[in-house]
Amino acid sequence: MRRRSRWAIAAPLVLLSLAAMPLRAQGSPPQTADTAGMSIHSATLSDSALDAETRGVASQLRCPICQGESLQDSPSELAGEMRNLVKTQLAQGKTPAEVKAYFVSKYGEWILLDPRAHGFNLVLYAAPYVLLVIGLGVIYVAVKRWSANGPAPEESQQEQH
Amino acid sequence: MNWKRSIIAALFAVPLILLFAYGFTKDPNNIPSPLPGRMAPDFRLPVFASGEPPTTLPVGDTVHLASLRGQVVVLNFWASWCLSCRDEHRELSAFARRYAGKPVRFLGVLYNDFPAPAINWIQEMGGQQYPSVNDATAHTSIDYGLYGVPETYFIDGNGRVAYKQTGPVTDSILTAKVDSLIAALPAAAKSGAAADSALPALTPARTSPKGAP
Repeated sequence: MRRRSRWAIAAPLVLLSLAAMPLRAQGSPPQTADTAGMSIHSATLSDSALDAETRGVASQLRCPICQGESLQDSPSELAGEMRNLVKTQLAQGKTPAEVKAYFVSKYGEWILLDPRAHGFNLVLYAAPYVLLVIGLGVIYVAVKRWSANGPAPEESQQEQH
Repeated sequence: MNWKRSIIAALFAVPLILLFAYGFTKDPNNIPSPLPGRMAPDFRLPVFASGEPPTTLPVGDTVHLASLRGQVVVLNFWASWCLSCRDEHRELSAFARRYAGKPVRFLGVLYNDFPAPAINWIQEMGGQQYPSVNDATAHTSIDYGLYGVPETYFIDGNGRVAYKQTGPVTDSILTAKVDSLIAALPAAAKSGAAADSALPALTPARTSPKGAP
C-alpha cells in the first residue's frame, strides 16, 4: 500500500514535468517557405498561393494592439492594414523572411509570435527540457531511496499477520 | 540534513522569484521601439488640416519628410477617437506656438481616422497650431512601428529618430527633448530658422488628400 501511495505522488510529478514541455505558439501554422532562405522566391505567385502565403506570414506576426493575437486572427483595422502590407510586399516579390524582417525592423522581435532561438531567447526554448530532466532526476532519486529503504514497518507487520 | 534541502529549494526558488520580479517591473503594453538611433522612415503625405500662422500649410499640399532635414521634427500620431490625444493636445499646440520661431517643425499625422471628423475635432479643441497630414493607408504608421495613439517621435536635424514617446506627451518632455535636439543643430540652422518661421522646402506638387471626404 505504501509503495502504491509513493507512485501516486510520483505520477503527478511526471505529468507536471511533461506539462512543462514547450507548447510553442499554440495555433501558429507550420513554418512557411522562409526557412528556404531569401534567395529564390517566385515573383509571380498565383492569387490563391499569394493569399495562402499572406495567411502564413500574418499568422506568425503579432497584432500590436491585441493581447496575444496574430495579425491573421485579429479583427482590428491596424492588423488589417498590416495584412495588406504583408500581401503587397509578397506580391512585390519579397520572401516571407524578408517581410518578417521588415516588421521586426519596425516593431522589434516582439512582433514575432515565435521568438528567434538565439541569445537570451534560448532560455525559453531550453528551460522546459532542463526542467523535465531535473524533474525526472528528482523522481528517479526519490523512487530509488524509497525502494532502498524497503517496506515501512507498519506494512511489514500487516504482511506478517 | 534540513539545511541541504533548504539550499536545494533556494537554488530553484530564488531564480524563479527573480525572474517573476523582473517580469512584474515590465509594462507588457510598452513595446520597446527599435527606431531610436535609426533614420526616420521617409514619407509623403497630404495635408488635410492647415494649422495656424506662422506654421500653416495649404490643405492638399504634400509634406515630404526628407525636405525638413536640417531642422528638428516632432511627429505626433493622433486620431479624433483617441481620448489620450485630448489630454496632450493643448500642451502640444501651445508648445508649438511658443517654439514657432525656432528650428523645429511640428506635424500631426492622422492615424486610422478620416479628415472630416479630425477637422471637427480640431475645431472642438480650439484649433491646432501645426498642420496635420493624413496617413490613409496606415503604411507610414506601420513604418514607424506605431501600435496606438498618441505616439510622438522626435527627429533630429540629420533625420534620425532621437526619441519616441508612447502615450500623451507633456510640456516638460517636449521642452527637454526639443531643446536638446535644437542645441545639437549646427549654428547656421539655428540662426536661419529664426528669420524664416514658415515650413520651408515642401514638395510643391499639390495632390488630393487620399481618404479625404
